[in-house]
Amino acid sequence: MISIIDYKAGNLTSVKRALDFLGIECTITGEANVIRKSQRIIFPGVGNAASAVPVIRERGIDSALAEAFRAGTPILGICLGTQIILSRSEEGDTECLGLIKGNVARFNLSDPSLKVPHMGWNELLIRQKHVLLKDVAPGTQMYFVHSFYPLPSDASAVIAECEYGITFPCAIGARNLFATQFHPEKSGPAGLSILKNFAAWEPEKC
Amino acid sequence: MLSKRIVSCLDVRDGNLAKSVKFVNTKDIGDPVSTAKRYYENGIDELVFYDITASSDKRDIMLDVVSRVAAQIFIPFSVGGGLRSVDDCKKVLLAGAEKVNVNTAAVARPELISEASAAFGAQCVVLSMDVLAVPKSTSITSGYEIVTHGGRTRTAMDAIAWAKRGEKLGAGELVVNSIDADGTKEGYELRLTRMMAEAVGIPVIASGGGGTPEHLYQVLTEGKADAALVASILHYGEYSIREVKEYLKKKGVPVRMT
Repeated sequence: MISIIDYKAGNLTSVKRALDFLGIECTITGEANVIRKSQRIIFPGVGNAASAVPVIRERGIDSALAEAFRAGTPILGICLGTQIILSRSEEGDTECLGLIKGNVARFNLSDPSLKVPHMGWNELLIRQKHVLLKDVAPGTQMYFVHSFYPLPSDASAVIAECEYGITFPCAIGARNLFATQFHPEKSGPAGLSILKNFAAWEPEKC
Repeated sequence: MLSKRIVSCLDVRDGNLAKSVKFVNTKDIGDPVSTAKRYYENGIDELVFYDITASSDKRDIMLDVVSRVAAQIFIPFSVGGGLRSVDDCKKVLLAGAEKVNVNTAAVARPELISEASAAFGAQCVVLSMDVLAVPKSTSITSGYEIVTHGGRTRTAMDAIAWAKRGEKLGAGELVVNSIDADGTKEGYELRLTRMMAEAVGIPVIASGGGGTPEHLYQVLTEGKADAALVASILHYGEYSIREVKEYLKKKGVPVRMT
């Protein structure tokens, strides 16, 4: 069973609808103990890191996620979930979970015609082979809505990038963790392939 | 590079595609969901469903349409028409819409924009506006006036000023529909669209007048629009989504090919 973590940040049902469509069993939960025992975890979210992190800590979701990460449970972060996985976010200067070392930065673009948030379809520039991206053809575009982006300290954590005034990481990962800044659940058949591959993913034990 | 979006608009009345939309493919008459699904499979970037149901006691039919769309279509879509409160907006978002579209209700009560933006985030709130070209005056300095009820009601509000106010109140995106161009298929109102795009820092979706791929090219380049709304050219089957996108791509406009 896949747990979709509920921490009152945005519309979680879109992820559930996509999994339902794919015939993948899942449940939406905010209970740390349920999350701890899950076979797989999806950590989605839309909204503000500064208001989300306190909820996550209060519910003990932070330690449940950290334990699951250490235990090798496959974890998929999406959008705000991806940002919270890093160490610190510029959004409200918020200390985050630090499962992957690095920061979350705000777009500070010199071209005034580039609007923030970065919203719409943009190309995935794959930098590293990853089994979750195996069905994503070169040149495929994904759907983004965000003003902040992940910046892992270790370049080897960058799996794909995207270009919007700057080149920024849009898919990051380490071991049993994979996290996207774009929304696979809103990115058409190519996005759905990532969710499908996540449901079958067996990361190597470490 | 961020793609320019091609957005398809579907009018829904009592759960059916509005009769004013004349479909060539007759087997699809009546069902907005199957039409939307066909567009999705053919590579549309985003969808807008506009509920033109007259009586409010039939609103739940629209929610059923929204949840059926959300169960099988995995691109962003917005829903508008008859949303007057945060509670109305919440219902369509819970049914699976990505964004809400407000128009007349926001003109009547601009706080609806700020309330919805605070509740769901600016990225969820699309401000739609119907705009009429008028002689410039002291109250309407841009020469564009906001109208409601399909153009029948004048508001004496300057369209550019309203757009800026909407952005300030927390709208995340604008749909700018030219009443003058609407239904003509003679091209979008380029001057209006460009004025809007230069006046605000949020994406502008051009609406009204798109009849050929060339029209889309014009509004996405000269008109500076981030996205173009299309209705009849797809509904009538005059052009396929692929044809439109291939034309734009050949002319150097970044689009998403599927």
